[in-house]
Amino acid sequence: MAEVRLTGVSKAFGATKAVSAMTMTIPDGAFVVLLGPTGAGKTTTLRLIAGLERPDQGDIAIGGASVLHDTPAQRDVAMVFQQYSLYPHLSVRDNLAFPLRSPVINMPEAEIAKRVEEVAKVLRIAHKLDNKATQLSGGEMQRVSIGRALVRQPRIYLMDEPLSSLDAKLRSDLRIELKRIHADLGATFLYVTHDQIEAMTMATHVGVLDQGRIVQFGTPREIYEDPVSAYVASRLGQPRINMLPADAFGPAPAGATSIGLRPEHILQGEGRPATVRRVERLGDQTRLLLVLGPHELITLADPHTPLSAGDAIAIRPLSPLWFDADGHRIQGA
Amino acid sequence: MSAYSITEPSRRAKLVAGVLVCLYAFITLLPLLWIISTGFKSGPDSISYPPKVIFEPSLEGYVNLFTTRTRIAPEALAELPPPETFYDKIVRERDMVIAGPSRFGERFMNSVIIGFGSTFLSIFLGTLAAYAFSRFKVPLKDDLLFFILSTRMMPPIAVAIPIFLMYRELGLSDTHLGMILLYTGVNISLAVWLLKGFIDEIPREYEEAALIDGYTRFQAFRKVVLPQAATGIASTAIFCLIFAWNEYAFAVLLTSGTAQTAPPFIPTIIGVGGQDWPAVAAGATIFLLPVMIFTILLRKHLLRGITFGAVRK
Repeated sequence: MAEVRLTGVSKAFGATKAVSAMTMTIPDGAFVVLLGPTGAGKTTTLRLIAGLERPDQGDIAIGGASVLHDTPAQRDVAMVFQQYSLYPHLSVRDNLAFPLRSPVINMPEAEIAKRVEEVAKVLRIAHKLDNKATQLSGGEMQRVSIGRALVRQPRIYLMDEPLSSLDAKLRSDLRIELKRIHADLGATFLYVTHDQIEAMTMATHVGVLDQGRIVQFGTPREIYEDPVSAYVASRLGQPRINMLPADAFGPAPAGATSIGLRPEHILQGEGRPATVRRVERLGDQTRLLLVLGPHELITLADPHTPLSAGDAIAIRPLSPLWFDADGHRIQGA
Repeated sequence: MSAYSITEPSRRAKLVAGVLVCLYAFITLLPLLWIISTGFKSGPDSISYPPKVIFEPSLEGYVNLFTTRTRIAPEALAELPPPETFYDKIVRERDMVIAGPSRFGERFMNSVIIGFGSTFLSIFLGTLAAYAFSRFKVPLKDDLLFFILSTRMMPPIAVAIPIFLMYRELGLSDTHLGMILLYTGVNISLAVWLLKGFIDEIPREYEEAALIDGYTRFQAFRKVVLPQAATGIASTAIFCLIFAWNEYAFAVLLTSGTAQTAPPFIPTIIGVGGQDWPAVAAGATIFLLPVMIFTILLRKHLLRGITFGAVRK
């Protein structure tokens, strides 16, 4: 378990800058989630820390010492790839034991067997241990791939969308399991995901990436409630934040060009008249698609709301987020 | 109307395909059957016209292949003690006695040493080179690969005389090492290109995962890449062996005594009063066996798809 520090790290592939001047500290024992669209540099960041890519500039330190000249094996990190790359010529058991048999760890076979059984039980693949890696379903492969990281106790776990191909039930179970491992072992995680729930429930810190740069780093609540830009604000929130011209509801603070409204920023029952275009009943929540003049916006309503398409409803903003022409947040407005 | 599936061929199509396959197999196997049967014919049967399909089998060809014989006068033959072995008996029926073993065994072993030796060396060097070309940034990679391929564009016999002179100067003429190096040189281009294709298809993620799991690059190569390249290595090895095993022109030119392989030796088997066709056919039959066995042993690896589907693409 160790702190990981990136200082001014840049990496370009040809003309594409995957990561530019990234500075970030992953505190010891933290669970850091990286958010960002495809191409923002999330995976490259993981590969740089793992040692699969060499940075063009900058320094990477694990546990206080630079690892720039260390091989991936020497860095003592575990990684779960997005494309779960199980060794196809080995059984599930041997796949899980593979890291423990490495010359770096070289664990006695009896202990390997015990560790493999433990991890297999946690990931519910114990009954598949003697299968060939190629005879598994996608979800099972993904779990073996996670298991191959969890058998070890590396200085940091790097995970690249590890739960993306699992079904909803398994995903929520493994979310809890990963969180438990994090809490029990005090392990350090750097975790890439697109999933808002994973980010909000597991992360101690969230880093939002845009074109290879960290644009905001903070707790999930900070990122959600106090985003520095419209880009960050749009990364979290289900349904997504509504972006409207600043004057949609009347006077705006100086410099503001747009107003950002999360569902909780929309007070229903007073203010401007809007029309309900569609009502989506999701069970635990109900989404309203509203039309306000030329604009559309999505908000939430009571699950048992009597509203239906065509109804009129009055709305007004309630302490919304304001952004300037460049998308930067106007603080304190 | 009976149920039918779009993907399943109809009964009639299957029948036609089956007949065609059998016909093709028969045409392909006919020369092979001819050689094998000739090996078991007696001398007169082997040259009879029309050719005999049904004949009395004889081991004369095989006995003649492995022995040298001398003709002696019938009176002298009568004075000898009765034949001890079946081959003594066969030879005496033709008024001859066995003078000693022939050189066939030796030549056959030369073929084995040179064929398998050059195959091993081609695969060993080819795998390492193909891995480097597939995974590393090699300067002038495309030019080098083309250069390697270009060694195959020229007919080997075009360089026969320079190689003959070079080998004479270097003392490699008529040596096992010389023939192994020569066949490796010819095969290496095929090995590098074929193996590079196979290694290119093995996703890098496997090695990356192994690197992170605590292995060095060479260990990752040995434990992860090699097992998955087994299919490609096996099929490349078969191609290399077939070439080295069957090669005739260089073998005639560069070997005569110690390192002569079976291909130039077999046609020189001459019996009394002309070509000993049963012995030649017997030699050819035995000569076919190693490649056949090697191919059957590696057949399992030739079936592709062992590694299919473990990486999400």
